[in-house]
Amino acid sequence: MRLKAGYGRIVRHAVIIAFGLVMMYPVLWMLFGSFKPNRLIFSDPGLWPKVWTLQHYADGWKGLQGVSFGRFFANSALISILAVLGNLASCSLAAFAFARLSFKLKKLWFALMLMTIMLPYHVTLVPQYILYNAFGWLNTYWPLVLPKWLATDSFFVLLMVQFIRGVPKELDESATIDGCGQAQIYARIIVPLLAPALLTTAIFTFIWTWDDFFSQMIYLNDIKLFTVQLGIRSMFDPTGESDWGALLAMSVLSLVPVMILFLSFQRHFVNGIATTGLK
Amino acid sequence: MQSAPRPKPRQQNRTAYLFLLPWLIGFFCLALGPMLGSLYLSLTRYKLLTPPQWIGFGNYARIFGDDDLFYQSLGVTFRYVLYAVPLRLVFALLVALALNKGIRALGLYRTVYYIPSLLGGSVAISIVWRRVFDADGLLNQLLERIGVDGPAWIAHPDTILYTIVGLSVWQFGSAMVIFLAGLKQIPTDLYEASEVDGAGKIRQFFRITLPLLSPVLFFNLIMTIIGSFQVFTPAQVIGDGRGGPINATLFYTLYLYLKGFSFFDMGYAAALAWIMVLIIGAFTAVLFMTSRFWVFYGDGKEGG
Repeated sequence: MRLKAGYGRIVRHAVIIAFGLVMMYPVLWMLFGSFKPNRLIFSDPGLWPKVWTLQHYADGWKGLQGVSFGRFFANSALISILAVLGNLASCSLAAFAFARLSFKLKKLWFALMLMTIMLPYHVTLVPQYILYNAFGWLNTYWPLVLPKWLATDSFFVLLMVQFIRGVPKELDESATIDGCGQAQIYARIIVPLLAPALLTTAIFTFIWTWDDFFSQMIYLNDIKLFTVQLGIRSMFDPTGESDWGALLAMSVLSLVPVMILFLSFQRHFVNGIATTGLK
Repeated sequence: MQSAPRPKPRQQNRTAYLFLLPWLIGFFCLALGPMLGSLYLSLTRYKLLTPPQWIGFGNYARIFGDDDLFYQSLGVTFRYVLYAVPLRLVFALLVALALNKGIRALGLYRTVYYIPSLLGGSVAISIVWRRVFDADGLLNQLLERIGVDGPAWIAHPDTILYTIVGLSVWQFGSAMVIFLAGLKQIPTDLYEASEVDGAGKIRQFFRITLPLLSPVLFFNLIMTIIGSFQVFTPAQVIGDGRGGPINATLFYTLYLYLKGFSFFDMGYAAALAWIMVLIIGAFTAVLFMTSRFWVFYGDGKEGG
């Protein structure tokens, strides 16, 4: 009996591991391929490079049309960090009002906020483009960053509202007795206690902004403003010849920030997804 | 007593609206305003350089009466949703079930299976995907070893959609994590009790696991459908960026993008966007309406 159960367990682990390897194969192929000389990238289906080279990283880093890939990384980092800061500030302000303050039309605003969660981005896209165009903001980062400072990712507002509702109201009340205004309650009590929700918001805002190919493509044409995603897309020519080694090398690098975030906040990640349904 | 509480709500009004100000500006200028704006633009001919010109339902008439590409893009997107959503959820559920039973190293497995969800949205992965399924790509090299001559998955309009479906299914990890959390909530004594009553594993799955998991399944279903209708990056990168080969990758969002931002036919693009909202809205509404027949919201405590 015991022996049989042991076999069953081993088989199950083996199947799960084998399946996991198949899943990871494309990622590993990209990773190891970026260290293979060009002639071996496609001819050698084995993962481990027979010859190692760092040449692709040097080539890829040179970038496009005289603009280094480092520039693209800096641009992506700038946009993503500004987006994170914007979401943290604007969503927590709105969430505090919804969760703690009583004011006129609160129910109406809250219902409208919930509705915008489901709203597809595309339905506001054309007028937003026209608006940004009128402001002369095409080929700037305003269209990518400003919405985050105006709490348009309502999902995170809802996340924080639910979190703040779980914070005992006695804390606010005793702070009021001590003479704190609402602004101080927000800054001194709610924001520190909100840290887990803020972290979830920060992580997912960063990743989504980093990967947000669609809006970057629409609003950025000047290669000096290009992001990592746009840089990789421009290196890749589906019809003709791409420098595959350099392309793979830069692809690997483009995933590094996301992977670092994930590995450093792994537990938080899984809890965040499980409790909120984030992707 | 009467006069003291009164000024307070008013004061809180002002404070509250100050806190809410960024959101309010965003709501009016970037959500409600543009929504109404695109509704208006969808009733005009507008090419960005000249002012919008009112044409009533002209765009909609052209879309429904005279636009084969619209129907093509709708067909591609529907087929994608039809294949990708159930496959992704079934995979997620099966793997979650396999991982659920107090398995060792759960954390590690969960991480490995989640990583594709984390990376899958990037341009890099779409490019790699294209290479995996190319005529001389990895998959066909492997097939060749076992003597199978694989088709040119990417180049052929009949098969390229399946590679994009595959990319979506590959990212089942996030749904799996949500399923795992849902499975944890199911009390184990239910299984023990039913085992005493002689229920087999399959019966347990359909009578206990599935009903108690149905709220989570419902949530996953809604989110995956909404997300799948809006897929863009793989369509743009794995295809040739213009919908080829032979419009097989002309996803709805890609068509909208091409109309609005390659041809700058913005009135037309706005009409396309509104049709998409109505389609997604209809799907969501139907799911919500049917949900009371198959989604069970017990409060957990009445359990047995």
